[in-house]
Amino acid sequence: MTIQTVEPTLGSEHMLINIGPQHPATHGVLRLVCELDGETVIRVMPDIGFLHSSFEKLGEYRTWNQIVPLTDRMDYLAPLIYNCVYVMAVEKLMGLEVTERCKVVRVICMEMDRIFSHLLWLGTTAIDVGAFTPFLYAFQERERIYKLHESFTGARITTSATRIGGMMADLPDGWTESLRDFLKTFPDTLDEIDSLLTTNGIHLGRTLDVGVISAEDAINHGFTGPNLRASGVSYDLRKDKPYYDYETYDFEVPIGENGDCYDRYLVRMEEMRQSVGILHQALDRLPEGPINVEDPRVSLPSKTDCMSDMESMIHHFKLITEGIAVPEGDCYFAVEGSKGELGMYVVSDGGEKPVRWRIRPPSFVNLSVISKLAEGHLVSDLIMINASLDIVLGEIDR
Amino acid sequence: MVDDNGSAFDAVEEGPESSDAPSEAPRAASEDSLEHPSVTALKDGFGEAVLHHEVHAGDQHVVFIEPTRNVKLLTWLKSDPDHAYDLLADVTAVDYGEGRPIQVVYQLWSITHRRALRVKCELALDALTINSVVPLWKTADWLEREVYDLFGVEFTGHPDLRRILMPQNYAEGHPLRKDFPLRGRFSRAEQTKRALSQDYQDYYTPEMLEMGGAPALLPPELEQADTEAEDVS
Repeated sequence: MTIQTVEPTLGSEHMLINIGPQHPATHGVLRLVCELDGETVIRVMPDIGFLHSSFEKLGEYRTWNQIVPLTDRMDYLAPLIYNCVYVMAVEKLMGLEVTERCKVVRVICMEMDRIFSHLLWLGTTAIDVGAFTPFLYAFQERERIYKLHESFTGARITTSATRIGGMMADLPDGWTESLRDFLKTFPDTLDEIDSLLTTNGIHLGRTLDVGVISAEDAINHGFTGPNLRASGVSYDLRKDKPYYDYETYDFEVPIGENGDCYDRYLVRMEEMRQSVGILHQALDRLPEGPINVEDPRVSLPSKTDCMSDMESMIHHFKLITEGIAVPEGDCYFAVEGSKGELGMYVVSDGGEKPVRWRIRPPSFVNLSVISKLAEGHLVSDLIMINASLDIVLGEIDR
Repeated sequence: MVDDNGSAFDAVEEGPESSDAPSEAPRAASEDSLEHPSVTALKDGFGEAVLHHEVHAGDQHVVFIEPTRNVKLLTWLKSDPDHAYDLLADVTAVDYGEGRPIQVVYQLWSITHRRALRVKCELALDALTINSVVPLWKTADWLEREVYDLFGVEFTGHPDLRRILMPQNYAEGHPLRKDFPLRGRFSRAEQTKRALSQDYQDYYTPEMLEMGGAPALLPPELEQADTEAEDVS
């Protein structure tokens, strides 16, 4: 009796709470200002910019090749994809065709980092809903990719592996075997995580019908990548606008139905399996030959030539002191990143520095939808929705 | 599947990503790639609102349109079934410096037709105002806010045009403009002073404060004492 008389006065006041910027569940320095009615989310107002480093402004003061280290600092969860897409955009503007070996090596890099990024997402998302074991399994596998990064580029996160016209170096001896070793055992771990989560009652309860977005809304809000495909839209740049011979690789694009957190989980799990398949095919076809293109506009003459030939020495000197000159024009080049459509828009006036260097940030656009997704859900669901979007704040704030 | 002996190379040369001979300027594309169905249709339908058309990087079509009619043309590009640019990939701006107009750039993609188009509007530096496309694509909400924040372009009709990456009380201007120095306009000392003297209003919009119930403010006489104590220290 008394409960019934008390109830009408409850929930009449809205509450304003801050989640973040320093909170592990926000997956970065993200502040979510939430309007709550009891435990129900009325509105979420994300506040970003805490990590703003003005990479785009910095890029205007650097030569074309000096921008590469800036790119991996944006998405430190998939650095090689960012390295690759930047130089691909510049090469496209220059009309430069890289070598066959370089193409396959970059495909390997990008698919490896797709797994790398999805594994972090998988581990941290599982931990957000209370599953600790998948986190340990996923991070153990990530560590092996870290080792592959390190043996190839010398760095675990800040890889800076690409150069305009090729790569920093060719793959070291035995690297492909290490990658094959990883690919041999990784699917087993993935299956184990799968068996822990996919039919787990708690996980299902936390993800099914949470944060639903329809296909039409998802497109209108600019969703791309696994988030869009979970809503049932088959849009994958590897299929729709193929680059680097992706049309010749045999892989499927997984698609969800409901566009909820569970579908986003399923899509990413399947994408990792497909990436394993692509990596196998890429390793099988990896051609011999030079990794860097022989083009006087971008490639340095050999040391022997520099020491014996005056022209080569002048050429070397000019490339080092002035940098590469990129013809006038602009170019937007996008690849299927781990988080969505990752585009680079480069504008040149013919000089050795860009006029404008713009990143089309997939996480930035995906995060802007969080208010719509979380409306009417509980605060604990907001944490799950935020996790399911797979954001990285380094790239959102840039 | 292809073998490793060069047929994959052929596929690329014929594919959509083919580009020009390296020595040629990017605008000099081959004859057949100079046509873009949407650009042709735009020219037919809107005449003088379409200013000019360029091809960059081999196969990327850029169309310059009248800034005042951007919403009309973009609405048509989005809704016409033959073009159906349903995905607004990006909104950004380019400042070339030297007093040249700022370009607002829309990167469009049609999921159904698998076709891309770049639409540009040029705005003179003394009239940085353009109509917002948020009613068309919700994507534009944050992207236009970012352009406003970093370039100072005003988007008429935007529901919530505030800074997004820089702090709300940032007073140094718009960082991605060419006349903005790399380290900012203020001295390091001034920047530090401003960073340390922020108030709670800088972190909450008036709307948020009202919603949450404004924090219990000190009575005027106590506030007076509070500031005096700060002055002493």
